[in-house]
Amino acid sequence: MRLISLYLIGLVFGVGISISGMANPAKVLNFFDIAGTWDPSLAFVMGGALIVTFIGYRFVLKRPAPMMSESFQLPTRRDLDLPLIAGSAVFGIGWGISGFCPGGALPALGTGRIEVVTFVIALLAGIFVAKVLQSMLAKRAPVQI
Amino acid sequence: METVFTPFLSFGGGVLIGLSAILLMATAGRIMGATGILAGLLQPSNFSDWSWRATVLAGMVTGPVAVMFFTGEFPAVQVPISTTMLIIGGFIVGLGVRVGAGWTSGHGVCGMARLSPRSIAATLTFMITTGITVYVVRHMLGA
Repeated sequence: MRLISLYLIGLVFGVGISISGMANPAKVLNFFDIAGTWDPSLAFVMGGALIVTFIGYRFVLKRPAPMMSESFQLPTRRDLDLPLIAGSAVFGIGWGISGFCPGGALPALGTGRIEVVTFVIALLAGIFVAKVLQSMLAKRAPVQI
Repeated sequence: METVFTPFLSFGGGVLIGLSAILLMATAGRIMGATGILAGLLQPSNFSDWSWRATVLAGMVTGPVAVMFFTGEFPAVQVPISTTMLIIGGFIVGLGVRVGAGWTSGHGVCGMARLSPRSIAATLTFMITTGITVYVVRHMLGA
């Protein structure tokens, strides 16, 4: 029962990404190409997702606990730090080059397209290398920012 | 490459993305972030942690198949860049998402909906660098 629900939730996300255009790099890149072949569609994806989530979270998070788990697992940090901003900036560069973000690319794997598989392998390589670098830095000296 | 402006489909897709985020919070108590789900899948803390991530991911991947079932064709995936650029872009996205903790779905939707200052800052930052990158690649490098 729990796994069926989770599967369906993933499916709703995957269908949403598919019809929204987030799985299509040409559309994503055109959203940012105001000076060229601009396509404002992604503003509507963001708008639709934010309105629904903003309202829905208000109701859900009022409950004492989620239905299938002991507690809500929410990030508690509210401070801004260098890794967050630098990571965001780097992510934007990669997104601007490729037009794929993880949320768009993972559902797009279902199309079986070689370009998507290529992106996801490169994505995993990037995550792995960053992880190795982080643990090397952490062993050398604790970084205080 | 020109693409067609699809306000209604895109808004509808956004609503479904939001709906799945609410449902995941209501059931498993988790943030719907593709990167977080993927990262935890590769480095699970226990079997139950691995199984919920794998199941959500399986659902995500069958999204395009469901679309294919109803419309007769897969959703468009048009890649207007070379394989080299795709690999470079993917690698850089991987570096970025690891250093922070997920972006478009995690910060851009779930975090923003919670009015988390970190997510708002992250979203503004990547929107700016993405825009600059697209401008540089398309209009200055002419790729």
